[in-house]
Amino acid sequence: MHWWLPAKASTFTGPIDGLFLAILIITGIAFVLVEVGLIWFSVQYRQRPGRKAFYTHGNTRAEVIWTAIPAVTMVALGLISNHYWVEIKGRNSVPANAYPIGIHAKQFEWQMTYPGADGKLGTADDFTIRNQLHVPVGRPIVVQLSSEDVIHSFYVPQFRVRQDIVPGMDIKAWFQPTVAGTYEIGCSQLCGLGHYRMRAQVFVHTQEDYDAWMKQAAQEASQ
Amino acid sequence: MRKLGAMAVTGAVLALALAAWTRQPPLPAQGGAKVAGKIKFVGTKPAMPKIDMTEEPKCKAKYQGVPTEETVVVNANGTLGNVFVYVKSGLPASYQAPAAAGPVTLDQDGCRYHPHVLGIQVGQPLAIKNSDGILHNIKAKAKANRPFNISQPTVMTSSKTFDKPEVMVALECNVHGWMHAWLGVLPHSFFSVSGGDGSFTLAGLPPGTYTIEAWHEKYGTQTATVTVAGSEAKTADFSFAAK
Amino acid sequence: MTSVAATAHGAHAHHDDRSFVKKYIFSTDHKIIGIQFLFVSLFFLLVGGLLAMQMRWQLGFPGKPMPGGGVLPETMAPGGVILPEYYIQLVTMHGTFMVFFAIMPLLVGVFANFLIPLKIGTHDMAFPRINMWSFWTFLIGGLVMLSSLFVPDGAARAGWTMYAPLSARHDYSGASLGQELWSVSIIFVGLSSILGSLNYITTIINNRAPGMTWFRMPLSIWSLFITAILGLLALPVLSGAAIMLLFDQIIGTHFFDPAVGGQALLWQHLFWFFGHPEVYILILPAMGMVSDIISNGSRKPIFGYHSMVFAIVAIAFLGWIVWGHHMFVSGMNPTLGSSFMVSTLVIAVPSAVKTFNWMGTMWRGNLRFHVPMLHAVAFVAMFVIGGLSGIFMAATPVDMFIHDTYFIVAHLHYVLFGGSLFALFGAITYWYPKMFGRMMSEPWGKVHFWLTFLFYNCTFFPMHITGMAGEMRRLYDPNQYTFLQPLQPIRVFISISAFLLFATQLIFFVNFWWSLKKGKPAPQNPWEDNGLEWSLPSPAPHGNWEKVPTVYRGPYEFSSPQSTEDYLPQYTKLPTDREPARAPVAGH
Repeated sequence: MHWWLPAKASTFTGPIDGLFLAILIITGIAFVLVEVGLIWFSVQYRQRPGRKAFYTHGNTRAEVIWTAIPAVTMVALGLISNHYWVEIKGRNSVPANAYPIGIHAKQFEWQMTYPGADGKLGTADDFTIRNQLHVPVGRPIVVQLSSEDVIHSFYVPQFRVRQDIVPGMDIKAWFQPTVAGTYEIGCSQLCGLGHYRMRAQVFVHTQEDYDAWMKQAAQEASQ
Repeated sequence: MRKLGAMAVTGAVLALALAAWTRQPPLPAQGGAKVAGKIKFVGTKPAMPKIDMTEEPKCKAKYQGVPTEETVVVNANGTLGNVFVYVKSGLPASYQAPAAAGPVTLDQDGCRYHPHVLGIQVGQPLAIKNSDGILHNIKAKAKANRPFNISQPTVMTSSKTFDKPEVMVALECNVHGWMHAWLGVLPHSFFSVSGGDGSFTLAGLPPGTYTIEAWHEKYGTQTATVTVAGSEAKTADFSFAAK
Repeated sequence: MTSVAATAHGAHAHHDDRSFVKKYIFSTDHKIIGIQFLFVSLFFLLVGGLLAMQMRWQLGFPGKPMPGGGVLPETMAPGGVILPEYYIQLVTMHGTFMVFFAIMPLLVGVFANFLIPLKIGTHDMAFPRINMWSFWTFLIGGLVMLSSLFVPDGAARAGWTMYAPLSARHDYSGASLGQELWSVSIIFVGLSSILGSLNYITTIINNRAPGMTWFRMPLSIWSLFITAILGLLALPVLSGAAIMLLFDQIIGTHFFDPAVGGQALLWQHLFWFFGHPEVYILILPAMGMVSDIISNGSRKPIFGYHSMVFAIVAIAFLGWIVWGHHMFVSGMNPTLGSSFMVSTLVIAVPSAVKTFNWMGTMWRGNLRFHVPMLHAVAFVAMFVIGGLSGIFMAATPVDMFIHDTYFIVAHLHYVLFGGSLFALFGAITYWYPKMFGRMMSEPWGKVHFWLTFLFYNCTFFPMHITGMAGEMRRLYDPNQYTFLQPLQPIRVFISISAFLLFATQLIFFVNFWWSLKKGKPAPQNPWEDNGLEWSLPSPAPHGNWEKVPTVYRGPYEFSSPQSTEDYLPQYTKLPTDREPARAPVAGH
């Protein structure tokens, strides 16, 4: 039974999981304060014969305190979050040496285009495979996302990466896998009746396994 | 009494006149002519891409080797399969095709459509069968008819009809992107799909001069004009060249 | 000194010789219109619930024939097994009915109509006939939406958010007429909302009773006023977008279809520019009524009345500049992600202030836990969870992970059900005596409350967990994914809790309908409350007062040293009170 965030398999999990935990702690404190407070007040101040409520219209100092503390907390949270947001999704966030793979989404399959031996997309040795994303571990990967028809969304939970794929737009998303293994891509934007089955497998190889796979796949494709 | 009689006679005369005026022409005699032929293929047989069914193990298991796409099916005897041959024009305007007996079945088996190319009459039911028991959806990209897009998550059969002639309606499954079929909807029963021996037969034709069209999904269309009378059997061959 | 119009218009209030049809069907009486909204919206709440039950069946027991599923046609559920395309219709229609035809009309259509004239002290709305039209356009919209379930090719199925181009093109969705009827229905909903808002805003500005200054208005009215402004400005955007979508669907325009030059994101910006103010429309009236009820139940003035008003205004104002937080990963410029994050984090602050003020109201009170108070306190407890989970989404890097997962589904249900619907149960119970002259059963109200509270949390809390595990929304069968298979036991637990939750609502429905005729006859002021409506008999008569009351104080003077009772109505004149200098407006 899984009670927490998925396994960590990319460089994004550090900041994102860290931020998640920080928010959990902050909101957890607020949660406990409010819920325990409500229960405490409900018991402590329940109506009893002879009691009278304390007649007051409020307390400005208390208001200032409980306005300022959340405000300061939110500002801090915003600054930290924005730092990582720019790092992950900013316009210039894609590392220069990122390995490119084209992903074309259509109802209801994923078509991955690999750059072939020359490592460049858009050349004659590119080839396309359905529903399999093969990547080498430890290198930044940039996926160039396009859609044939409706909005889809590229999502690999263990990489913490998600990016909507919009028809009419060419969108890049990047990630760096850190753990070899197999994962899944889930389509994360309702795209029609087959949305629930629009799944692909992700294979994170060591660099040598990846090179071997690339050689074999390229060969099969050219047949 | 006399008034009644006069009315009765007038009525009868009017009724007879009306019947004469709206009288249907007699149905053409059941045709006995036949047009048959072979679809030749000229050139090198193109290699068909392999289909990787790894994502659908239930379908992959149904094949010994690796299945290939069916865009071009060249038979051992140098003929072309999956060519849809039909009477494009030439039947009299008043021709009423007899209603087809029973439905046409399109089966999804091994994540492929069987048959790959098929014909159906206007108003005849298409029984879409899912023999695989896994999710297929059938999207009919019809232009003259109402398009549809329905799913079949288990072993089941759905029925659809088409009320306008259309050559050809593209059928596809979006869950399995390699699945394609082609459906020709005609207002008569004079159509045939070339099979493993590359031959086609259009039987039971009334006498007349007909334009016969042969359609292939990659190589396009070709026509031939044939005149038949009585119980003649004429031959019309077609030839498609590799591109 | 007394209001100029008071003597002139007094006579008409009690002479009621209208026909049955004019009294109850084509009524222009704001109270009857409110009750019409109530009956129809409760019906649509039931419809929305039934749609959810079918979804939960499929999620808990995927591919199994649903009990009673045999009544559904082959196109929806052959042999009772829900088809994928029917599942996404259920998802879409559940959201659509709940937002537009249940929660929004219950909060606004019912309570804005019923409460505003009564609580500000006037005979009816400024434009009674337009008010009537706001109900009938709503009903037409609801019937059109209901009909879309029964047309060939089925209902709309692109989610209640209707993203294009899936929603715009029949060949992508498989739906045709049903999709178009959704757009048509929404146009009617927009019209109904606009007509209502015109009335609410005008009436509150112009027709308050003598002495009812802005800062003596109850928070329920403040929130309905601000909500009405939001509605007036936001609904036209939705209607406009729906018209553009309809045109794409039927007359060949291409606003949203990139294949022929349109922009998919345009729909999202238009929809969420409406959609975010909409969610504040769905919560502010609930907050306002909860304030009234908590103050009453605590026998104490609301803590920080002025801050509460400013918080409502702040939430509404900020609500216009946060819409992009629904679109962080949509493909829009990431720089916008930064700016929308800032505004979204800021909007958490006024909500926090309100929460602490509600607690401050209960602090050192003399708490009466009547059924409405139970619901109001539960509102605070549940809304806080919904609000806090929102902070995770506001932090854009985290949102990248939890967007389109069940974490979002949990959040929205905590604010809409745990928040708005609990507040509605409380509010309906609270004002039922003034509507119908009867009390709802208190013991059954408590049974309904506790069971709902239990099953509701069992249903929706676990969704935070499945969302964290990465479970996406709108999946017909999550078990297709290896990483989601281990969560099936949680899905089963949620489904069973949901069935029990739905069954429990029957208690409320039976209590509601039975009490109409068999409930205890209600006294004039059963809750010992201070609002103007409690100066009238239960039920309130047509025209409300012969002569509108004069207001001498704010609405929350509980346990005031000026009174021997622990409440002091707004309309009670004490020897020390002076008449207001002038009637605030030339109302009657």
